[in-house]
Amino acid sequence: MGMTKTENTSSAVKQKKNILQWFNSLTDTNKLLLITIVAFVLMYVSAMIFEGKGFLKPQALCNILINNAALIITACGMSVVMITGGIDISVGGVVALVSMICAVYLDLHGGNVVVALLIALGVGLAFGLIQGFLVAYLEIQPFIVTLAGMFFARGLITIIHSEPFDVKNEAFVALKDTRIEIPFIGSFNNRGVFMPVYINIGVIVALVIVVLLFVLLRWSKIGRHFYAVGGNAQSALMLGINVKRTRFLSHIICGLLAGIGGFVYVLYVGSGSPSNALGMEMNAIASSIIGGTMLTGGVGNIIGTLFGVLSLSTIKDIVASAGLTDPWWTGITIAAMLCLFLIIQSVVISGKRKK
Amino acid sequence: MEKKTNILKKFVGNQLFIPLVALLLLIIFNLINDPSFFVITILKTKEGFPVLSGSLISIIDFGSELAILAIGMTIVTAATGGQDISVGAVIAISGSTMLRVLCGTNPQPDKLLAPIFVAFLVGALAAMLCGAFNGLLVAQFKIQPMVATLILYTAGRSIAAWINENRLPIIGEPSFGYIGNFLPGVPIPTPVFIAIACMIIIALVQKFTNLKLFTQAVGINEESSRLNGINPKFMKFMSFVILGLFVSVAALIKVTRISTITYSVIAKDIEMDAILAVALGGNKLSGGKYNIWASILGAYVIQFLTTTLYKLQVRSDALPAYKAVVVILLVIISAPAVRDKFAQITKKIKAKKAVNGGV
Repeated sequence: MGMTKTENTSSAVKQKKNILQWFNSLTDTNKLLLITIVAFVLMYVSAMIFEGKGFLKPQALCNILINNAALIITACGMSVVMITGGIDISVGGVVALVSMICAVYLDLHGGNVVVALLIALGVGLAFGLIQGFLVAYLEIQPFIVTLAGMFFARGLITIIHSEPFDVKNEAFVALKDTRIEIPFIGSFNNRGVFMPVYINIGVIVALVIVVLLFVLLRWSKIGRHFYAVGGNAQSALMLGINVKRTRFLSHIICGLLAGIGGFVYVLYVGSGSPSNALGMEMNAIASSIIGGTMLTGGVGNIIGTLFGVLSLSTIKDIVASAGLTDPWWTGITIAAMLCLFLIIQSVVISGKRKK
Repeated sequence: MEKKTNILKKFVGNQLFIPLVALLLLIIFNLINDPSFFVITILKTKEGFPVLSGSLISIIDFGSELAILAIGMTIVTAATGGQDISVGAVIAISGSTMLRVLCGTNPQPDKLLAPIFVAFLVGALAAMLCGAFNGLLVAQFKIQPMVATLILYTAGRSIAAWINENRLPIIGEPSFGYIGNFLPGVPIPTPVFIAIACMIIIALVQKFTNLKLFTQAVGINEESSRLNGINPKFMKFMSFVILGLFVSVAALIKVTRISTITYSVIAKDIEMDAILAVALGGNKLSGGKYNIWASILGAYVIQFLTTTLYKLQVRSDALPAYKAVVVILLVIISAPAVRDKFAQITKKIKAKKAVNGGV
């Protein structure tokens, strides 16, 4: 009896050791990604157990995706810049600017949806090009450049149009209300009728972008360059990587994605308003960080960013359904979560360095 | 001749050069556009005291908070190589705390529950605690300052609303308003005196303590400063606590200006202005050497720009767009890459001239 007990404990210790060893053998990127996914699953499952009802329906997860499609796209762009070692805090402003320009064009000028999309891409690209040039080639601090970009975008919005209004363009509204049902997944409503879950076009765009970026970062040359430059710009330069061009490209990608994000955003809210996408840059940065992207650069994963957005949104829902409806609780919980993940990151990374 | 160019070079190389040139440009622009910008008139307050009024007065008046913040921001920038983007939110927290101490749970008290000085001390304590929180994250957990302060940036205004449970306390006591407006019988706005007091204090601190030397040392090379017996963690931590103190002074001015508080609007975007003041002053945003007077001058130049834009009938919410353009132009001019290029071109021209002269 005594023998087996000690054997048991020793094997348990061994197993624990193995897990620890396996965890330590992971790269920083995978370590942080693992933490993020585990945290999200834990959070969602506990929400299912304790809050029940809403969270048990598969549509709840889809609603999170629908509500945050624009944020996912924008946060992906932010992650690319952060992996390269920079930051872009203009994305919220660009999303808002693009959504306002598209709304004005579609509603007040009776424009075409395709042209609106091209405008969105153009505006995003313009921001990416200018900011990228200033950051990469003139070597001005990214924080300052994109801060000015944010100021500029936010100011420009009120110059273009200062009152909130709904977009009534027919083709646009039809596109906005398009629901894509996923067969076989769903729940039964009160009358016992099967209701398949649905998503909208924004979600599809967001997921496609996540996959594309994942492939780009994982297997393309330029994707590896982003990590190299973010990890150590000096050694990247010595390896023959064009550091300036890589930084430039990361900002262009971020700008383009912010443009697409702006279009998806206006497709979701269906109105132009100066208060659109307020504070989105902070949500994007928070999502990236929660998703395991480090601001020092070189570490990060797009899948993590996706889970970062989902975690952020889930915690908001949990707080709301737990009865903490006072407006300040959302801000405080997001901040607390951000703080927690930052400390986890710091501990995980510095723990490795000490060895 | 040579001496002359030397003096010119020294002046161009000086940190105060960029903010002074910016100031000069703004002054010239305003002289051409509308010379009445510089007129100072004497108005009478409700109580019948004569007070100064005019655009210039409003610049030094409303520039006070920014100048005070710029002092603290410069120290944080120097020591940590990052900036604190939570100052606006911490102003809301500190201001909210002061009003909570003064009013308790009654939004419109007939009598203040505590002396204003005590309220200020409690507010200062709150702001310094926020600073300590930021400092702990930066110094102990080695999180980049911009990210660490992002936490309070997102939560600060919510916390401020929570402190007063979203009430909007209004203080009727006239002596409270003296701090943010005018003392009876004094024609110059009180915030100006507070800003000057802060400047004198920081000047004395720099003169008699090692604060400047140590923060610069930590900012330039953390490892070597540690080997020389400075505790870099402590210096970084302290720089945030010091910033907290200055933030609370700015909060006091902000709250007493209007004798109430609006959680989402108070000191909005001031963190951006404060960082710009530091950058405009020619201080490296990546830390190290600094010149506090250049930052302070930068703060007033930014306030000058804001007031100029207001005079041009720019709507307050469109203001950031114009500011951004100016800021981008400024950073492009002061970017090392651009300066090098410029120096090369002037050298080439000089060389050409020399060749031509030789022939």
